Amino acid sequence: MSLSTELATAYPGLLGGMLTTLKVLGLAIVGGIGLGTILALMRLSGIKALEIPAKLYVNYFRSVPLLLVLLWFYFAVPMVYFWITGKYLLLDTAFTSCVVAFMVFEAAYFSEVVRAGIQSIGSGQVNAARALGMNYKQTMSLIILPQAFRKMLPLLLQQCIILFQDTTLVFAIGVTDFFRAAYVRGELMGLLTPYILGAGAVYFVISLAASIGVQRLQRRFRF
Amino acid sequence: MENTTTNNISSGVNNLDLNDKDTFINEFGGLVTNNGHANDEIVIKMSEVSKWYGNFQVLTNCTAHVHKGDVVVVCGPSGSGKSTLIKTVNGLEPFQKGQILVNGVSVGDPKTNLPKLRSQVGMVFQHFELFPHLTILDNLTVAQIKVLGRKEGDAKQKAMSYLDRVGLSTQAPKYPAELSGGQQQRVAIARALSMNPVAMLFDEPTSALDPEMIQEVLDVMIELAREGMTMMCVTHEMGFASQVANRIIFMDEGHIVENCSKDEFFAGAKSDRAQAFLSKILNH
Repeated sequence: MSLSTELATAYPGLLGGMLTTLKVLGLAIVGGIGLGTILALMRLSGIKALEIPAKLYVNYFRSVPLLLVLLWFYFAVPMVYFWITGKYLLLDTAFTSCVVAFMVFEAAYFSEVVRAGIQSIGSGQVNAARALGMNYKQTMSLIILPQAFRKMLPLLLQQCIILFQDTTLVFAIGVTDFFRAAYVRGELMGLLTPYILGAGAVYFVISLAASIGVQRLQRRFRF
Repeated sequence: MENTTTNNISSGVNNLDLNDKDTFINEFGGLVTNNGHANDEIVIKMSEVSKWYGNFQVLTNCTAHVHKGDVVVVCGPSGSGKSTLIKTVNGLEPFQKGQILVNGVSVGDPKTNLPKLRSQVGMVFQHFELFPHLTILDNLTVAQIKVLGRKEGDAKQKAMSYLDRVGLSTQAPKYPAELSGGQQQRVAIARALSMNPVAMLFDEPTSALDPEMIQEVLDVMIELAREGMTMMCVTHEMGFASQVANRIIFMDEGHIVENCSKDEFFAGAKSDRAQAFLSKILNH
């Protein structure tokens, strides 16, 4: 079989795999940044009852391997669902559990970036907002967080690129992402090595292009 | 509206009525009087305010009254607590002892709605503190809309009129980084004014400005004072003080040393510390 025929036949499977990768990535980013921002705010709140759990959470999930978290959620999520609802989780268990795992794991990393971003905004801005009569919610949402996110955008994007590569770990729980799709096809056709290398090249090109994009972005905002 | 009551003390210290219970020489040899106020109505009332940072006391028993229409200049050497004092007035800095009433509302009372109180007192900072991610116009409207609940159209109209007053209406669509320091500070003043406050607090508004830009900001403040705004300014600009202030508070090491009318202060401030300060400042 020629290269073009092989790729043409493999294409739908590979595309499906890439779509899964992007779905996991997108949900993990949204959930990770959302939960990460909440964690960052908890740590900066000044209320010990919020600070300590957040700190423990962040330190724990930054100290364990992602693979471990993925496997833990793969087994734990359906069990917890059963305890709460008494029903079996009929959705795509592997997909759901891996999305939850990524969100929970990445939130710890994103929260550190967001926390640094918030702290880099000088207290004068907080004073100015408060002096105008803004409460905590308004000060954060209108003044501090918009500035913090603009500042932290390059770091957040870098974390997203790392996350993009980490999605390949779902291989371990049987989710068909782009890498697994390539692997399975390669195994099927007896072309495992070329497919692994090819998949690696795809990840490389996408990650490199994104990194260069982030660097350009950083330069643009340096004035 | 000129301050006409200061004419009573044109001969400075010599007319002091020492039988007046509000007139006395305090423990530091400084002069405390109740003369020179623009009005009888008290807007800001500080009583025996003390503040500690941990074990270090930064303010000790500070008592001062700001009447409606007063322009009070708070001066003193670095570290005297003047910025801290002015930040306690709108609750940006908490204090542990004493009481501060703004329009009758207690700042230190935990039941007080502090954001609401702060929206009634405007503050201008040394480093301008404009919001860099918003346009000049948005800087002036964001608090009007979100804090005071004004409609967007009304807020914009008000913002433009205040920008016009400080001479910067053409800068409305620009971002703070595109403006000079003097322009940014004038915008900051307009931003505080757009909330229609009952009093304005200034924390060393010209200290971070290049010399050639100081006067444009002082001009705005002078005009504001002439219109009768109640103002409390921490500043080193004694020229501004002698021109426009009607009361002077001199602080040193967390204490209010002199608290009297402008004429009384410049004619014969009594304490050694105030005299030393004045000689250093007026001669350079």
